[in-house]
Amino acid sequence: MPLNRNQIAWRIAQEIEDGSYVNLGIGMPELVANYIPENREIIFHSENGILGMGPQPEKSEEDGDLINAGKKPVTLLTGGSYFNHTDSFAMVRGGHIDLCVLGAFQISKNGDLANWATLDNSKPPGVGGAMDLAVGAKSIFVMTEHCTKDGTPKIMEECSYPLTGQGVVNTIFTDLAVIDITSEGLKVREKINEISFMELQNKTGAPLIESDIKELSPPVL
Amino acid sequence: MRDKVVQVLEIKMIDKRVNTFEEALQGIADSSTVLLGGFGQAGSPVELIEALIDQGATNLTVVSNNAGEGEFGLAALMKAGRIRKVICSYPRSSGSFIFEELYESGKIELEIVPQGTLSERMRAAGAGIGGFFTPTSAGTLLSQDKEVRQIDGKDYVFEKPLKADVALIKAHTADRWGNLTYNKSARNFGPAMAMAADLTIAQVQEITNLGEIDPEHVVTPGIFVNRVLEVKLEN
Repeated sequence: MPLNRNQIAWRIAQEIEDGSYVNLGIGMPELVANYIPENREIIFHSENGILGMGPQPEKSEEDGDLINAGKKPVTLLTGGSYFNHTDSFAMVRGGHIDLCVLGAFQISKNGDLANWATLDNSKPPGVGGAMDLAVGAKSIFVMTEHCTKDGTPKIMEECSYPLTGQGVVNTIFTDLAVIDITSEGLKVREKINEISFMELQNKTGAPLIESDIKELSPPVL
Repeated sequence: MRDKVVQVLEIKMIDKRVNTFEEALQGIADSSTVLLGGFGQAGSPVELIEALIDQGATNLTVVSNNAGEGEFGLAALMKAGRIRKVICSYPRSSGSFIFEELYESGKIELEIVPQGTLSERMRAAGAGIGGFFTPTSAGTLLSQDKEVRQIDGKDYVFEKPLKADVALIKAHTADRWGNLTYNKSARNFGPAMAMAADLTIAQVQEITNLGEIDPEHVVTPGIFVNRVLEVKLEN
């Protein structure tokens, strides 16, 4: 079975090292926070000025002045801090954030990321902090479905949508596989058992490298 | 003689407190560039922005992270037709229908600036820096018409300072010198915007006596602030 979103989030969470400063992009990547192994201390950064961001509060505890980058109410953990936008993006661009998990429309074989605009000009575009995060974080993980809803590969030779950053992605976590972007190309590190390497290749718009592929098998979530 | 000296000192006393929205917004001219604090609703000076509708300034260029939501605050100012252009990082929030209508009918101009670049451009303006090179947006549409320089093998995009006539921000506590503290993540763009405008106006929850804000806790020193107005809001 292809992974559901919770399972992709779980897989990414296993990969996050103890003691990391991590920024989770708006939307699907926010799920990653739910699956951090209990024995790890991870500090979440929110680009609107929070380090040590905690989970969503009870409805009665919500505070309009304490929100995340997706503008949803959050909490502050003991030891957390607030700071202004300039300092927050100094953390981002200055290479102080260990890892950022972002969603994607498209990813190219050399790690270009497109996740802020499509070719539809009727709606206003919006970039937010995505371009700063893409170039600034030490590592970029992409969390995405392997293909679009109509089956078009999201991993391709070159992105056709406007880029967010060039050559910035380190690893792609999809519902079918974990793929590292290396100087040799797209190395499949893990895939689900139900799909063959050739089938995975057929769902990918750029050549994959097969070497010592492990099974991608998250728990039922 | 001694009495006279005291009198002179009192006349020269620095007092940035104002008592009404009218006084707070006095002198904002048509065609001004206005910075609006806030990230979504957190830190948005909603009441000051709405008072700007009555004040009457029009043909404004507004700098704000988002483009308003619902029909209050920034969205209300847009609906009133006062804004010519918006400079922001992310206009498309849920409920930003007034902006979207104006944008789609070509009635408002939009300039998209990456969020970190937006705040750094204002910081640069406030700090007297003539611009800076950032890796953000290198190789993307947003750097198309900009100077790109390779520094130690990496591409950087030249960004100019973003100076403004006016900043409207929201803080938590002020004193009569204009020192400010903020509340939680509502701080966001306030400190950078306060520095970047010729006239910075802060609405605050509370004005305290000089000396009551611990100097170690002042976030925006009063030198960056021109007027403070107490606007008590229910939580």
